[in-house]
Amino acid sequence: MSANEHDETIDLTLKVWRQRSGGAPGQFETHEMKGVSVHSSFLEMMDVLNATLVRAGKEPVVFDHDCREGICGSCSMVINGQAHGAEPETATCQLHMRKFRSGETVFVEPWRADSFPVIRDLMVDRSAFDRVMSAGGYVSANTGSPPDANATPISREDSDQAMDAAACIGCGACVAACPNSSAMLFVGAKVSHLARLPQGQPERERRVVAMVQAMDSEGFGNCTNHYECSKACPKGIGVDVIAQLNRDYIKATVVRSN
Amino acid sequence: MNDTKTTASPRLDSKAPGGPIAERWDKHRFDLKLVAPANRRRFKVLVVGTGLAGASASASLAELGYDVTALCIHGSPRRAHSIAAQGGINAAKNYQNDGDSVYRLFYDTVKGGDFRARESNVHRLAQVSVNIIDQCVAQGVPFARDYGGMLDNRSFGGAQVSRTFYARGQTGQQLLLGAYSAMMRQVQAGRLRVMPERELLDVVKVDGIARGAMVRNLRTGELERFAADAVLLCTGGYGNVFYLSTNAKKSNVTASWRATKRGAFFANPCFTQIHPTCIPVSGDYQSKLTLMSESLRNDGRVWVPKAAGDKRPANQIPEDERDYYLERRYPSFGNLVPRDVASRAAKERCDAGFGVGPTGVAVYLDFLDAIARHGRATIEAKYGNLFQMYERITGDDPYTKPMRIYPAVHYTMGGLWVDYNLETTVPGLFALGEANFSDHGANRLGASALMQGLADGYFVIPYTIAGHLAGRSLQPVSTSHEAFDAAEADVRASVDRLMGIRGSRPADSFHRELGKVMWDQVGMSRTKAGLEDALVRIRGIREAFWGDLMIPGDARDLNMELETAGRVADFLEFAELFANDALTREESCGGHFREEHQTAEGEAKRDDENFCHASAWEYNGANKPFTEHREPLEFEYVHLTQRSYK
Ligand SMILES: Cc1cc2nc3c(=O)[nH]c(=O)nc-3n(C[C@H](O)[C@H](O)[C@H](O)COP(=O)(O)OP(=O)(O)OC[C@H]3O[C@@H](n4cnc5c(N)ncnc54)[C@H](O)[C@@H]3O)c2cc1C
Ligand code: FES
Repeated sequence: MSANEHDETIDLTLKVWRQRSGGAPGQFETHEMKGVSVHSSFLEMMDVLNATLVRAGKEPVVFDHDCREGICGSCSMVINGQAHGAEPETATCQLHMRKFRSGETVFVEPWRADSFPVIRDLMVDRSAFDRVMSAGGYVSANTGSPPDANATPISREDSDQAMDAAACIGCGACVAACPNSSAMLFVGAKVSHLARLPQGQPERERRVVAMVQAMDSEGFGNCTNHYECSKACPKGIGVDVIAQLNRDYIKATVVRSN
Repeated sequence: MNDTKTTASPRLDSKAPGGPIAERWDKHRFDLKLVAPANRRRFKVLVVGTGLAGASASASLAELGYDVTALCIHGSPRRAHSIAAQGGINAAKNYQNDGDSVYRLFYDTVKGGDFRARESNVHRLAQVSVNIIDQCVAQGVPFARDYGGMLDNRSFGGAQVSRTFYARGQTGQQLLLGAYSAMMRQVQAGRLRVMPERELLDVVKVDGIARGAMVRNLRTGELERFAADAVLLCTGGYGNVFYLSTNAKKSNVTASWRATKRGAFFANPCFTQIHPTCIPVSGDYQSKLTLMSESLRNDGRVWVPKAAGDKRPANQIPEDERDYYLERRYPSFGNLVPRDVASRAAKERCDAGFGVGPTGVAVYLDFLDAIARHGRATIEAKYGNLFQMYERITGDDPYTKPMRIYPAVHYTMGGLWVDYNLETTVPGLFALGEANFSDHGANRLGASALMQGLADGYFVIPYTIAGHLAGRSLQPVSTSHEAFDAAEADVRASVDRLMGIRGSRPADSFHRELGKVMWDQVGMSRTKAGLEDALVRIRGIREAFWGDLMIPGDARDLNMELETAGRVADFLEFAELFANDALTREESCGGHFREEHQTAEGEAKRDDENFCHASAWEYNGANKPFTEHREPLEFEYVHLTQRSYK
């Protein structure tokens, strides 16, 4: 479904979600976008829309963004029903308009999850993730004089797998894509990253229990194995991290209850 | 203001210690006052910005027991611009046994900076670099490792030793997440308050000392007051004055600029780094430029066709009709010449008509030889995610077609002038990371910004802040002090003024216009006439901005147009100082290239006789010229020589 190689521009009908605040009702607003360059990114297309709105004295569509290179995890749009759109392993800011057909209608919505209340339009509050992280998503190592970095060898396999999990950008697409609004992929990624490394061992059990508790108290749902999270993840984080999370959690709680 | 002799300004006391260079930091640390553990809780520290510098500083100071508040523009501190750094971080570990040492990193940094940095600071940076890696590994940063489980290194950006540590192409992300997790731990411990979606709009001074800030709550639009005993600006660089740059969209000069207006001197604003390997501009809608990590130059070969205007696709241009111009001009460094040299060479080729691609403003970066030599799998393991990013943006596959690249603004070496303690000319106001002018002189080496941000935050400020807190008698200040009333009234007036224009154009449109002037005339290569013309144009854009800006919505509400407008207004003022600095510096050095000052071969020609100094600019009030103060730079260890990469 990509644009014809020779067409440099396309026309789209955009249906954009507008909502004043979390409590207020929202609705789709329709905009005809003419002559959108296929080389522009999705956010650049939204910039063009916003410039037009501002010139007309209207309030622009509020959306989160910053790095525009798929790493800060700010951008967060549900495009045609899919978190970050249909392209695999691509954040909204990395999605380019050559992936759309001229004449298409495109629906743009915010992440929808109780734990991510809408701030305005397409922008949601993801501070729940920070609270889950502060519950235990770290190694307790004060700034100071830790041992030499090469004092503990770490097998390349372990360090690669730790890196695979650590690649999470905290965008929340996993939660948005999950029918239960579960944050297991996000939490599993941090737990797995640190579980792979010797530095993560001393607090391993405490960490998994604390993070799961925080996740529950933030109101994120349970995992019922739909695996939509991993499909939506712009970094391709695999569901193996959820398995790891479950294993570590069971181990920690069983050990504790004994 | 325009005499060129370097005389030391009495207003700039670098406080750099004397004595043997390797002992200076230890001696200074010993001489600094300490704050006793039981007293630390009484001191409030306000950290503005949570990139590498701000995150490492706020975590470390909270661990020490200070009462720390950290502000950031984003919804979460983890989203700061530092997250995007790709290539790596330097440290003088000498793990590769290839002759690296603290002294060599010091030497390379001074020389790479084209002799425009303070030796004492640079040496300290090299010294603490080794601690940074240890600290990050302890936090669980998954740096790349070899099969024996030891840390791997690459050579980066012209270095002749392998001292760069990396985590795939996501080093900045992993370092920032490490520092962020240390912050979150302090949040949990109740020692650190994180205030997201907050923008500093003014620094508040009481009795000449920085005692807090006026901040806009970006969610509600309310103005908020924060009182403190020390204020740390960790607000990053100002590359976005060019509109198009590799910086994140919200990176800005506002905090530094407003501090400048409160008496902090701004040093060397014209020292800008242009990165040679970015994805070229494709159209008018372009909102930012994407960097392709410098590490690519380790395996990629840069070329253009030998014939100007050759429009054949790359794979139809035979080997002997290609000009590998970096290898040709710089046989010993080849594709690994420093960034400024590589960037200017690309511009020179394109200006001369040899550029490639639809716009003619690009050169090739070709991996086909490397793939033939090492196999696709090796190249994929090294650069897979970068290649994927390139393909996503351009729609081209770099495994089969050479990449097209062009230089883009990337990093700013200039920033708030700071002394050896990282304190600005306003007592109690510190600047860390890219926001200060510090350690990179006129040009930064690849992988040294991450090192500097973390050095400042983890290993310098925790000591030097005590000198201020214990060394000055700080009376308690509350947010009801009249200085806050005055600052709030000022901020409110400037917000109202922006809202009141009610013209027809979005702020972004002025920013784009400014960016074009900056890039064309204040960018990679500068002339007196061009700079003078730029000054006229910048003033013109500023006038148009204040006459025709449109901000819909309300100031006491979430209003992203207002946020942008405030930042653009500051860029429009700052740009003028930037161009003036470039005009005043009648020499070429590092990232500052004045066409009038070049060697017969077209290389930068420094003037150590007249310009071996940092220029720190003092604000004198609206529409008044700035006063230039000079800090002479002395090179006792690394002797002044002209750079040569032939
Ligand atoms: C694409 C890219 C790749 C790079 N790769 C490398 C690399 O491989 N190696 C290397 O060494 N360097 C690299 N650099 C440079 C390096 O990333 C930066 O210089 C460094 O991260 C800057 O860190 P910082 O903490 O000083 O500032 P930043 O990370 O820019 O953080 C600034 C913070 O200040 C906040 N802020 C700004 N203004 C305000 C305000 N008014 N009020 C409140 N908060 C504010 C922001 O929200 C942000 O949190 C790269 C840069 C780019 C753009
Ligand atoms: S804007 Fe940073 S990930 Fe999309």
